[in-house]
Amino acid sequence: MANRALGEPRLTGPQPLPKEAVAVGTQAAAKPLITAGDSRVADRAFYFAMLGCALSVIGIVGLIVYELITKSNLSWHAFGWRFFFRSDWDPVNDQFGAFPFVYGTLVSSALALLIAVPLAIGVAVYITEMSPRGLRGALAFTTELLAAIPSVIYGLWAIFVLVPLLRQYVQPFLARYFGWTTLFEGPPYGIGMLAAGIILAIMVVPIISSITREVMTAVPQQQREAVLALGATRWEMIRTGVLRNARAGIAGGVILGLGRALGETMAVTMVIGNRPEIAKSLFAPGYTMASVIANEFSEATGDLYLSALVEVGLALFIVTIIVNILAQFLVWTVTRGTPARGNA
Amino acid sequence: MPETTTKIMLPSDFADAPISLGRRGLNALVTFAALGAVVLVLLPLAAVFGYLIYKGIGSINLAFLTQIPKPPGEPGGGMANAIGGSVYILLIASSFGVPLGIGAGIYLSEYGRGTRFGNLIRFTADVLNGVPSIIVGIVAYGLVVLSQGHFSALAGGVALAIMMVPTITRTTEEMLLLVPQIVREAAYGLGVSRWRTTLSITLRTATSGVITGVMLAFARVAGETAPLLFTAFGNQYWNWKINQPTAALSLQIFTYAISPFDEWHRQAWAGALILIVLIVASVGAVRLVANRGMLKGAN
Repeated sequence: MANRALGEPRLTGPQPLPKEAVAVGTQAAAKPLITAGDSRVADRAFYFAMLGCALSVIGIVGLIVYELITKSNLSWHAFGWRFFFRSDWDPVNDQFGAFPFVYGTLVSSALALLIAVPLAIGVAVYITEMSPRGLRGALAFTTELLAAIPSVIYGLWAIFVLVPLLRQYVQPFLARYFGWTTLFEGPPYGIGMLAAGIILAIMVVPIISSITREVMTAVPQQQREAVLALGATRWEMIRTGVLRNARAGIAGGVILGLGRALGETMAVTMVIGNRPEIAKSLFAPGYTMASVIANEFSEATGDLYLSALVEVGLALFIVTIIVNILAQFLVWTVTRGTPARGNA
Repeated sequence: MPETTTKIMLPSDFADAPISLGRRGLNALVTFAALGAVVLVLLPLAAVFGYLIYKGIGSINLAFLTQIPKPPGEPGGGMANAIGGSVYILLIASSFGVPLGIGAGIYLSEYGRGTRFGNLIRFTADVLNGVPSIIVGIVAYGLVVLSQGHFSALAGGVALAIMMVPTITRTTEEMLLLVPQIVREAAYGLGVSRWRTTLSITLRTATSGVITGVMLAFARVAGETAPLLFTAFGNQYWNWKINQPTAALSLQIFTYAISPFDEWHRQAWAGALILIVLIVASVGAVRLVANRGMLKGAN
């Protein structure tokens, strides 16, 4: 392959002598085809160009931080820390408190993880340990296809398929049999926290399951064989030999899924109801940090209003960054080569 | 089968001891549960694609592909300007994002291997990858929209470019690292300069892998809506000016989906079908290229 790549590069170094020069003999040696200087200049120029590209990555993150901090300054000075604990969001009177959004983001993401984690781990376990070898690639590809569907299409599907389904069948059922938990009270609109949690769950399953598969594959085959040799059933082998060793990495995958769920915008905006209320019932509409930015940013009049929205963005940014870094660290502890020791 | 723990058991004692019913039952139960999880996960996938095709295919017609939207409530019209706008914004995004991403990837693999600065860049790229898309929209708004004075195709392109860079950087780096060091040394041995080696030998050997990364980044941003809400903003008419608001397929789907008109709902499904075909086609093309690409031969 390398030969093909070598095709006809225009060489800038010493080159093979032209045929006629070889035939004539002596005169070619006297005349170098290029001078040493120009490739050195070109090399330096190329190096700096690539360095510039690499620096632009840092530059972009720097710009994001700079933009978010400077633009949210006004709101930060007006409300301080109280901004995140007040629940009045009143653009008309310039009073802003982000608590309903923080609450909505946390509850919808927690609900999503509650649904997605067992499913994603189940899928990963099935694909890596149980499925017939021939089916493995196809299953992995299909589940990952879920991640390729754009958020707005999930939202569209949720509005016209999931929400009516919830309204007609699921919510009445939940209200009748689990109403006593007080989590499923109130009129079944379909739209609301429950719908947002379910659609988020569908969206984070492929993320969690692909990381889980990755860390499970990183567990050495000998671990499995050793446990099986002790007479374990397949499930006992998976539990003690694989899952225990991959624990930290799976936690990383779950947290990565959390990061995605926290920042997810469109699908949630389309089904959560967009009302800044704090309700215990999962049937009630809510609002998330990302949705409030999506809905109100382009219509925000007044500097303080805009600044408050950017501050919501800044908080979301900080949380997702921390969550992502933590997740990467956890995944790294498993996949760096030596499996994490199960010392607890 | 009750087993006494006081007696020392040898492996031969277990030779034909059946695994207890409880353990076998649990094993079967878990296998069943895992299979159930797969079915539960594939169900929404099938439902999403099924509905897209079922609802979308009937609504795609010549008018949909060639006309611009009619006023609310009026039947007919199409999404031609949104499809064109999406392509336009994606072209702008690629023209910024692809060179930057590939350049940063080249830096990481050819100059930044194992250095502290290289690790910092790598880490930053991963951080950037996790930034929620809506935040990128805010930043592009602050950078481009505020300085230009109005929403524009350029702002949308910049937002999407920012999202493309980390994916392209990391895949380019990984693909270049797969190119054996010997190939580079062979080129140096022939007197080829370093930059030329990187571009004509290393990068070219890894071409299919790099293209894979670019297409993945492309597929990832093609359906993005959140960062376009207040950058490209959307437009009911054709626009090819870089500093004017531009329609985009994903924005149009969003607007139509939350509208109260049946006609618009129908068009939202059709638009969604076109969008997903675009994305799946590019992901499929990636698999095709990756499977029979040059990279496979290089290893």
